[in-house]
Amino acid sequence: MDAHDFVNLAYVASATLFVFGIKMLGAAETARRGNLVSGLGMLLAVVITLLEQGLDYIWILVGLLLGGVIGLVAARKVKMTAMPELVAVFNGFGGLASLLVAWAEFEKIRGLGWIAYELETSSNALFSGFVIYCAMLIGGVTFTGSLYAYGKLSGKLSGSATVFGGQKALNIFLLIVILVLGVIFTWSTDLDLTYKVFLSGVALSLIFGIMGVMPIGGGDMPVVISLLNSLSGVAASAAGFVIANNVLIVAGCLVGASGLILTVIMCKAMNRTLGNVLFSGFGATSSGA
Amino acid sequence: MDLILLFFIFVLAAFLGLELISKVPSQLHTPLMSGSNAISGITIVGALLAIRAGEQGTVGMVLGFAALVFATINVVGGYVVTDRMLQMFKKKGK
Repeated sequence: MDAHDFVNLAYVASATLFVFGIKMLGAAETARRGNLVSGLGMLLAVVITLLEQGLDYIWILVGLLLGGVIGLVAARKVKMTAMPELVAVFNGFGGLASLLVAWAEFEKIRGLGWIAYELETSSNALFSGFVIYCAMLIGGVTFTGSLYAYGKLSGKLSGSATVFGGQKALNIFLLIVILVLGVIFTWSTDLDLTYKVFLSGVALSLIFGIMGVMPIGGGDMPVVISLLNSLSGVAASAAGFVIANNVLIVAGCLVGASGLILTVIMCKAMNRTLGNVLFSGFGATSSGA
Repeated sequence: MDLILLFFIFVLAAFLGLELISKVPSQLHTPLMSGSNAISGITIVGALLAIRAGEQGTVGMVLGFAALVFATINVVGGYVVTDRMLQMFKKKGK
């Protein structure tokens, strides 16, 4: 058994800890221990990943220290009442990280060329293109959507729903352009063209995150943050497909699916449906006022 | 790794995730969301693997480094803030 197999085996253990962690978080008596169990799974995944060969440890150490200190200070200093909005920010950063992981992989492809890349990673250009675009898109929407939700919750931006004429039409148009760019990115192997398409996709996904959260406000914000949390899981899962890593796929997908169920439960608690919360700016305004 | 195999575990994980959550008391909604948000920071592993000298050029390195910083904030901050929420919840319960 070589080091790579050993790493993958440890990822299975880490994914198992996440499953137990989420399960325990759902019951009052075990919730705090559940969080520790899932944290242990994360620690195991990070430590074991460091065994992979060819990593640049100096930059990794700097990055871990920098991110760790910022995260720790923010989480310790925050007032109890401001916690949900801080979670929204963290969630946005998770989405951004998935976008960047996909982008870094695309840079690698641009450096090597498709043929060498396919040989090295035994992947398929069509599939890689598709999942890179997915991870970028979902990560980008999660990032700006979460930051906008943070702005609304913290009162830095107007907390109520912002609705204007033709908003739905504009959003649908934006979505169509994003999807068309995705098809071009997936199918084309011309690296210059796909690079431009990719950058446009990044910009549009960031805009779409803001546009999607804009018509929702007031009491519906927790539901939106829960949905964005689910999305950040899906983004991590897509990033897992990009680099063919099973722990990213499993953990991301667990968060995506369980987050979706939690979102639906939260909607039901307010006697609403998810579609009603997301697409009826009208209802959101009345509950926010 | 075989793509079909990866897709297979994705589908199974989705069903597992759907089944994991049921009848969560409403006070636990926010901590559960926060706790699973910390798990979505697993993309930190992807960021670590992106930081390799010489393979993807300077731009790729910078992107990987930025990904690592943001993912680490998500992971560390996410777990600590969830723990603080649950601590508060426990005191209230007593």
